[in-house]
Amino acid sequence: MKVCDTAVEALGAVEDGATVLVGGFGMAGMPVALIAALIEQGATDLTVVSNNAGNGDTGLAALLAEGRVRKVICSFPRQADSWVFDGLYRAGAIELELVPQGNLAERMRAAGAGIGAFFCPTGVGTPLAEGKETRVIDGRTYVLEMPIRGDVALIGAHRADRLGNLVYRRTARNFGPVMATAATRVVAQVSEVVDVGGLDPESVVTPSIYVDAVVAV
Amino acid sequence: MTPRDGGCVEHPDRGPLSKVEMAALVARDIEPGSFVNLGIGQPTLVADHLPAGSGIVLHTENGMLNMGPAATGDQVDPDLTNAGKQPVTELPGASYFHQADSFAMMRGGHLDVCVLGAFQVSASGDLANWSTGADDAIPAVGEAMDLAMGAKQVFVMMSLFAKDGTPKLVPSCTFPLTGVACVSRVYTDVATFELGEHGARVVETFGITRDALAARLEVDLA
Repeated sequence: MKVCDTAVEALGAVEDGATVLVGGFGMAGMPVALIAALIEQGATDLTVVSNNAGNGDTGLAALLAEGRVRKVICSFPRQADSWVFDGLYRAGAIELELVPQGNLAERMRAAGAGIGAFFCPTGVGTPLAEGKETRVIDGRTYVLEMPIRGDVALIGAHRADRLGNLVYRRTARNFGPVMATAATRVVAQVSEVVDVGGLDPESVVTPSIYVDAVVAV
Repeated sequence: MTPRDGGCVEHPDRGPLSKVEMAALVARDIEPGSFVNLGIGQPTLVADHLPAGSGIVLHTENGMLNMGPAATGDQVDPDLTNAGKQPVTELPGASYFHQADSFAMMRGGHLDVCVLGAFQVSASGDLANWSTGADDAIPAVGEAMDLAMGAKQVFVMMSLFAKDGTPKLVPSCTFPLTGVACVSRVYTDVATFELGEHGARVVETFGITRDALAARLEVDLA
């Protein structure tokens, strides 16, 4: 675990073709500085996993606009201000895997918990379950869902200590704790890094074992 | 009061209902103490009609229980939004949790009621509310499928007829499904329905008689 001075240093090396988990629900919990660092760093042909597919012209939308994302795995790409994604999608310039929001979270949770796959009732009988294995368990039909693992997770948290323990703030928590478990390298941007002992252990949401680098912005 | 069984109650002089009146009907049918998720759009109006002291707790799937009303002025906090990404407030007793927990609450059978909008609902309770299947549409699903399959009871709030007059309560959905046999009640501007294995039963009508309503629908009404 490393406390870094800049978002670029915290981000480190991201290879072309990497799968990047990006936290946030709308702008709440969105790791804006780390996305800016990823734009600067230059990796391309990325698969991005995030609830949305960018808002306005900044953050994730800016990464998309630079043509650096091959595929988006998300639950809700279409928004009033998702014109960057919309244009790429309509032009056939970006691939979309649409995943129900709860399955998106659970598939990453499974990856982070070492679960090989899981049977889930969400989506049974809908187009999003087509072609997937199903099984009837106790009279209910379930769909087999596979884990989603990232090479890198970029998350926004509220505060970190110097070991990488994280606390979040209100609904900005959203995908952060799950994504923190599901990637090889986990980078958090926080508003403040405190000394070891500066966080109440009972309030820690993401334990330090998951976190590789933090940067205060 | 809505009869829980037996015949339909007609209100020929009252209706069609406004969205606010529909929201009040939905709120009336939510049991005190329930944990409830209100979908984005029209269903959020239901919150305004939940009686004070009912103990009803609102869940928002982006990770909160005991969500309060919309935030205004100094209350606005970018870290505190509802599922529609609008700023909201927290009530005493609120709690926050991450996305996997939030959806486990639904699938695990802990959420009593969700209220959703719909493009179509079938008489057997199939729900279509995420896509019209149009070729040029950007697909988006969000929480719709998780809520449809996860909440113990799924209520739908919608106009009964599309702008072109086509009924939205149908024998079989033609739009892509959100969930199968999941909707238990439908609240519309002209009637409320209970759905189940027996099909659709008219509970109340507003501004129309049951017979006149039946003549405009293709579904057989129980």
